[in-house]
Amino acid sequence: MATISIDKVSRWFGNVVAVNDVTMAIGPGITGLLGPNGAGKSTLIHMMSGFLAPSSGSVTLDGAPIWRNQQVYRQIGLVPERESMYDYLTGWEFVLANAELHGLPQPGAAARRALDLVEMDYAKDRRTGTYSKGMKQRVKMASALVHDPAVLLLDEPFNGMDPRQRLQLMDLLRRFGADGRTVLFSSHILEEVEQLARHIEVVVAGRHAASGDFRKIRRLMTDRPHRYLVRSSDDRRLAAALIADGSTTGIEVDERERALRIEAVNFQGFTTLLPRVAREAGIRLYTVSPADESLESVFSYLVSA
Amino acid sequence: MNPTVARLTLRGLLGRRRGLLLLVVPALLLLVSAIASGSSADAHGLTVKILGQLGLGTLVPILGLVVGTGVIATEIDDGSIVYLLAKPLPRWRIITTKLAVAIGVTWLFSVVPTLLSGLLLYGTRDGMVLGYTVAVLVAGAAYSALFLLLGVVTRHAVVAGLAYALIWESMVGNFVEGARTLSVQQWGRAVAEAVAGDTAIGADVSFGAAVPLLLVVTVGATVLASVKLAGLTLAGEE
Repeated sequence: MATISIDKVSRWFGNVVAVNDVTMAIGPGITGLLGPNGAGKSTLIHMMSGFLAPSSGSVTLDGAPIWRNQQVYRQIGLVPERESMYDYLTGWEFVLANAELHGLPQPGAAARRALDLVEMDYAKDRRTGTYSKGMKQRVKMASALVHDPAVLLLDEPFNGMDPRQRLQLMDLLRRFGADGRTVLFSSHILEEVEQLARHIEVVVAGRHAASGDFRKIRRLMTDRPHRYLVRSSDDRRLAAALIADGSTTGIEVDERERALRIEAVNFQGFTTLLPRVAREAGIRLYTVSPADESLESVFSYLVSA
Repeated sequence: MNPTVARLTLRGLLGRRRGLLLLVVPALLLLVSAIASGSSADAHGLTVKILGQLGLGTLVPILGLVVGTGVIATEIDDGSIVYLLAKPLPRWRIITTKLAVAIGVTWLFSVVPTLLSGLLLYGTRDGMVLGYTVAVLVAGAAYSALFLLLGVVTRHAVVAGLAYALIWESMVGNFVEGARTLSVQQWGRAVAEAVAGDTAIGADVSFGAAVPLLLVVTVGATVLASVKLAGLTLAGEE
């Protein structure tokens, strides 16, 4: 059982603030670190893995500072985002070297166990330079697990993986979470995080935007007002018919765009209401497009929530 | 020394194309010596030119640069250093191991050919060959430590190293006498002179100054590299 505590941490690079006054605790089980690209996820993971000093605040593992403290690596396994990993070694040599560097009493047995765990035994004698992205990811996992760490940190582990590899890795991480290990992974894809992590930490533009159970965050995301751009054969009549219903809170007639801008409260309600109202009024719908479905807008809604 | 770090470093250094590149240096020295040994010109002058200027003055710093940066800068550049650093391993041990490998390889590729070339050119007279060999030993070690440090502190280690070796030691050192006091090459020559005697090799720095300077640079660079490695920051990609 191990907990990483991030306490009032900020990190800036020159004038750019990458992480802004973040406080969170990562405990046993799987935690997803979610946020759009450039939100500061990697900066946070670099600080948690001891490769970046916080500009202010503290990052600790069970009370011990992580920065400039090599002893924490007895407990931490790290799966970096970058791919380079001594291309000239075979998978076996690579994982064995990691076991030896940890000073394990039986490095050979530990390396075999780790490679078995990620199901890479079949390719262990090939050079890692010849591996596919998914295979590299799994060998990186094996190298991080070789010393049986209590904490596993993974930076964008699903990037570039095909669906099958993704499921395999998710399975593996679930097993670790179930073992009571502290597993933290970052991702910018909500569905990915949702499938794997019960607990989610959301960062947006360097700020800690939300924290907690994924269902709560999912609800926040789906319950937010949805904006649509609609073009029809008779915009004004459609607007009048829609506003009579409770599921829309605002409609703007955009003369320049020749379209309606509609704000709906209830996503489900609105998507069934719109075609019904249009049919009943004999209005043809030309365009129905969500105006703010980008991840960034979802996140910025979360920040203001 | 950590055997695993040493093994990884050595394979990274000698594997791939860099291994061949390293062979060029001794091959060049031996080739030039073989050609020159056939000429009837003043053997003493030729030996000083080939072992002193070509060997100690040019090839040893280049070799030290390729090897010194090769043992660590490549790993820092591509990020694979993470796998060494995310271990409960004292940083000084990583540095001293890598330095030992760098010095060993630099010696293998410079001391042996220097000795052979010297014997080919000048035989064993005046202790001159021994002098240059010792100079290459001490200079090779100092260059390795210095360029390893550069590899840790800057992403432009090769450029910085070339600037030092070619511009400072060779160009500035040629015209400005004071610059020679701060030159690994000159310290090496001073040691060579102490071994071989004044008539065989000329040095601009006294032996009494060269030895402490060599020690300070080698030990200082190693300590500093260890400290810098312990605080190595991986900048985010974002």
